[in-house]
Amino acid sequence: MASVRALVVAGNGTNCERETAFACLSAGAERADIVPIWDLLAGEARLGDYNFLLLPGGFMDGDDLGSARAAANRYRRARIAGSERRLLDDLGEFVSRDTLVLGICNGFQLMVKLGLLPEPRRLEQRVTLTFNDSGRFEDRWVAMACDPKSPCVFTRGIERLELPVRHGEGKLLAAPGVLEDLGLRNLVPLRYLDPATGRPTEEYPANPNGSPDGAAGLCDESGRIFGLMPHPECFLHRTHHPRWTRLPDLPEEGAGLRIFRNAVSALR
Amino acid sequence: MGRIEVACRLEVRDAPGERLTRRIRQELLIPVERVRCVDVFTVDAALSREELEGLARECFQDPVSQEAAVDRPLGLGCDFAVAVSYRPGVTDNVGRTAREALALYLDRPLPEGAAVYTSRHYLLWGPLSREQAERIGRELLANALIQNISVLSGDEVARRGFPPNLPRVELGPRPEVQTISLERSDESLVALSRERVLALSLAEMRAIRDFFRGEEFRALRRQRGLPMDPTDVELECLAQTWSEHCKHKIFNARIRYREGDAPEETVDSLFEECIRGTTREVRAARGPADLCLSVFSDNAGVIRFTDEWSLVFKVETHNSPSALDPYGGALTGIVGVNRDPLGTGQGARLIFNTDVFCFASPFRDEPVPRGLLHPRRILEGVREGVEHGGNKSGIPTVNGSLVFDERYLGKPLVFCGTAGLLPARLHGRPGHEKRARPGDRIVMAGGRIGKDGIHGATFSSEELHQNSPVSAVQIGDPITQKRLSDFLLRARDEGLYHSLTDDGAGGLSSSVGEMAREAGGCRLDLTHAPLKYPGLAPWEILLSEAQERMTLAVPPDKLPRLLALARRYQVEATDLGCFDESGLFEVSDHGRVVALLPMDFLHDGLPRLDLLARFVPPRQGPWRAPARPQGELLHQMLGRLNICSKAYWVRQYDHEVQAGTVQKPLVGARDDGPADAAVFRPLLDSFQAVAVAHGICPRLSDFDAGVMAECAVDEGVRNAVAVGADPDRLAGLDNFCWCDPVQSDSNPDGDRKAGQLVRAGRGLRRVCLAYGVPLISGKDSMKNDAVIDGRRISIPPTLLFSVLGLMPDARRAVSMDAKAPGHTLFVLGTTRDELLGSELQAHLGARGGFLPRVQTEAQLSLYRALYRAIQDGCVASCHDCSDGGLAVALAESAFAGDLGMVADLTRAPRQGDMGDTELLYSETPGRFVVTVPPERLEDFSRHMRGQPAQRVGEVTAAPRLVIRGLAGGVVLDEPVEALRQSWLRPLDF
Repeated sequence: MASVRALVVAGNGTNCERETAFACLSAGAERADIVPIWDLLAGEARLGDYNFLLLPGGFMDGDDLGSARAAANRYRRARIAGSERRLLDDLGEFVSRDTLVLGICNGFQLMVKLGLLPEPRRLEQRVTLTFNDSGRFEDRWVAMACDPKSPCVFTRGIERLELPVRHGEGKLLAAPGVLEDLGLRNLVPLRYLDPATGRPTEEYPANPNGSPDGAAGLCDESGRIFGLMPHPECFLHRTHHPRWTRLPDLPEEGAGLRIFRNAVSALR
Repeated sequence: MGRIEVACRLEVRDAPGERLTRRIRQELLIPVERVRCVDVFTVDAALSREELEGLARECFQDPVSQEAAVDRPLGLGCDFAVAVSYRPGVTDNVGRTAREALALYLDRPLPEGAAVYTSRHYLLWGPLSREQAERIGRELLANALIQNISVLSGDEVARRGFPPNLPRVELGPRPEVQTISLERSDESLVALSRERVLALSLAEMRAIRDFFRGEEFRALRRQRGLPMDPTDVELECLAQTWSEHCKHKIFNARIRYREGDAPEETVDSLFEECIRGTTREVRAARGPADLCLSVFSDNAGVIRFTDEWSLVFKVETHNSPSALDPYGGALTGIVGVNRDPLGTGQGARLIFNTDVFCFASPFRDEPVPRGLLHPRRILEGVREGVEHGGNKSGIPTVNGSLVFDERYLGKPLVFCGTAGLLPARLHGRPGHEKRARPGDRIVMAGGRIGKDGIHGATFSSEELHQNSPVSAVQIGDPITQKRLSDFLLRARDEGLYHSLTDDGAGGLSSSVGEMAREAGGCRLDLTHAPLKYPGLAPWEILLSEAQERMTLAVPPDKLPRLLALARRYQVEATDLGCFDESGLFEVSDHGRVVALLPMDFLHDGLPRLDLLARFVPPRQGPWRAPARPQGELLHQMLGRLNICSKAYWVRQYDHEVQAGTVQKPLVGARDDGPADAAVFRPLLDSFQAVAVAHGICPRLSDFDAGVMAECAVDEGVRNAVAVGADPDRLAGLDNFCWCDPVQSDSNPDGDRKAGQLVRAGRGLRRVCLAYGVPLISGKDSMKNDAVIDGRRISIPPTLLFSVLGLMPDARRAVSMDAKAPGHTLFVLGTTRDELLGSELQAHLGARGGFLPRVQTEAQLSLYRALYRAIQDGCVASCHDCSDGGLAVALAESAFAGDLGMVADLTRAPRQGDMGDTELLYSETPGRFVVTVPPERLEDFSRHMRGQPAQRVGEVTAAPRLVIRGLAGGVVLDEPVEALRQSWLRPLDF
């Protein structure tokens, strides 16, 4: 059985690293190291030592040039000390191995802006995550449905899921036809759901940002690289649910943990 | 120099532009049709056109959603364009990030002067006049205090465009140190204090003069080659250290106090009597159960949490800066208070924020007095500042409130709190202990020094000229601080420093001055202090309140590792001298000593302040509410600004990052019920939790500030108990925001305000002692007045009482929403005829009746019984009765649960002669609305034996609130959905 060695990148404005690492360990990973991006750039920690990369939520570089844009520039341009390599070179190598990548919120924004999604081999930005239709940051819980035909290993066996979103730039956007095509290829594993109809929705607030066809996340064709706006690391225990005091039948374990359990299984 | 413009592609929906369009129409009533935002980056460095284009493409523009242009305007075809840029020296966070992106893109370090300046062009379409475009700029898009605004018509944009935006700070060479003789007349001393904005009284100026006459001190100065007169560095440093802000002169004053007809008495020090003394007595009474670890000695208070971890808590205010620039002021407030727990003990990791704002009504339609901002604007700016400060720092905002009163027009109150988690032991020492040692290096880490915040808000905008940096207003920089705090926690764990503190008010002068007390002296060298721009005088470097800085005491053998780690984290850290045992605070610059002050005099040399205070008890007597239909009245009350939903704010703050928020601010069936308090679980693998609550009742100050303080303490405690906190394991934190209590010609009723302060201090003491709640930290802000056109607007004296309450198990937390039909409805606590100062009277514009009184013994007994019932799992929901009394609590509990309720007032525990309206809206403290599942009724009743707890009705599936009056008939029967709508609508922007 392969061991699961998770690397949770922190630093420079990332702020969900602790609960993300905790989720990995709770799901059975042997290791979950919180590594500041500065240690990667100093050459003191290496992607090559891990098989599960997690890019958690936060505000890298304050999202000052748009969400994760300055951070993407840093991954592309900053050199690893003592070498000519850039972080993106190591990232390209990492995804070419039999590894997993999970980007959450700001991490997902980074993946999209690096071009790691939807086509990690090309590393060219084809879609973006832009401002919510409401024009504002919001923290609210949303219901989602998973595409059962998606190759995404993270959402395997999950039909429905409730998680919090906490973002101001979560609306997927691409040239005409691109997102439809991704949907048809089942690369949109997760969609915001109208709890009343049980169908994907573009209506606020069930869809918190106006993302077309309710798209809440994307994966690549292998299903091993996955990014999503909602926060699965924030639903690890029933007490994370906003209505837990009125839902006596809610299971003890939070549903967000299933995403991490699936990742660990896929690496075994 | 080059200019890059970036904007949303035309075919892409421009959500920020749409939001602005809505706001301009709603708030300014100007019929703008469309707004498009263009981000402008002015690159002040020698770059080729190809480099500029590459930079735009790779770093500034989103290739999918945005277009970019180099050295040509994107703003064509609009009717008007408003350009907004920062004035020189104002923190430009996006510009700083853009500069880093540029250096990465070019793959080479940039020369010292190279910069990227950001500005924004707002393109407006619609039937507008130039005046309207200017008004949009002035009243919504920009703040002229920190920003330049210029307006061009569409034609002008096409013909000439906006000039380049290059707000370089240009000062002359570093000014020389000056000496200032204090051998002058009293009038001249007072004039000197005023002209140099020292804010020192005559007595204080004389004390300094007399000290400089001392023979021993003169001999020392002679020996060290210093002039006999003080230098400007010394005078400014003393003024700063002796400021009200740093020394709390009013709380330490000797007060001659008269209450009613009682003989005059002397209050030796309110701080000693009411705050420190209260805590001392509570701690002694608690004995081994005492929670306190470090109180009043550090940047924040520290209490025991588990065997391994301690909790750190501090609440600050940032009122004046928020009045001038709501966004920057509030942002600086929150990231500023973050540094208090971060700089407490050996350094705490930040776990949650709280915020409480006091504003005038945002719906004010009369013009605001000159020099003040419209409350709606303050509210939006403060909201956004705290949003950015909290969210970008990854700290959940878990608790807060909004309080409205017209008198906050003159000065809004912005309270920002932060808690941290500190290892109980670190490197063989208690985590809450720190001590700089002689020989330790003085290291400043974080941001650079500028004119920011020098002399606080006393500079007026008239004194600014085109290239002078704006000093009055600061803008916090969350990302610089996040890097700093990540770095510090790592340095802490590696044991790289002995002590640290934040550079807040008073800058290096305060931080180094405080830490020098731990060691016994210091030699601070300003020569290499990192500056934002050259040309600062030594005293300015010493006093600058530039943000995001911390000072560390670093043992020399750890210095190389510390500096290397800082470089790795992209944190600037600079060695600025060393701590010693000389007993002196010594400052040098370029090889010359510019200040030399004995530590004893610096910290303890100031004379005591004497104050006069008096209090006249208010008249009280019976009052009856006018007859009104109860349904209509309840709808109106639910829509009152102090009662209605604050979901608009709450949703824009991340309240659950760090995955510890067990009780969120919004609860219930539709995630919109107002939680009484937050419950937070700081350790991911443990259910040990802390409840976070507060109380604030400024309206009562109009009658008796003592009652105001008592009720605030009780409200804070009650809220914590309502969610399940242990009433015997609470800690309190007091923030006094007062109007000027120092009597003078321009402040003739200062003695009355001082009297209110004495009353409030004693009220605080009475209830804290009775409940056994220690005060662990606090802050006061004493000059919350605005004098506009000769008219003084003073805030109502306001005490914010914040509470941390320990909970053994987060899974026992209780929320306020009714849970299921058939649950029994209880009212806990006796209602008395106490409507004076109530929200009902504010609504009716009436005055009368009696003030609420905290009956400490009976209430504490009830709180303990409730805690036991909650621990036993008997309570389905619990909601405290505060603003709007029983009526509002019942309605909120019902609609938050999406369920109905029937309640019979004849059964409610009560005392005295009241009608339905009085019973429903009295604000007697110590009451709750509780629902209990049928299978636990017996147990609950057992817990409540001997308590004023009565079954008044039940929760129903039929979604109506039905209340039977004292006469037996139904007096109110309303659909809960309609009640919810009345409550949701007023502040749903």
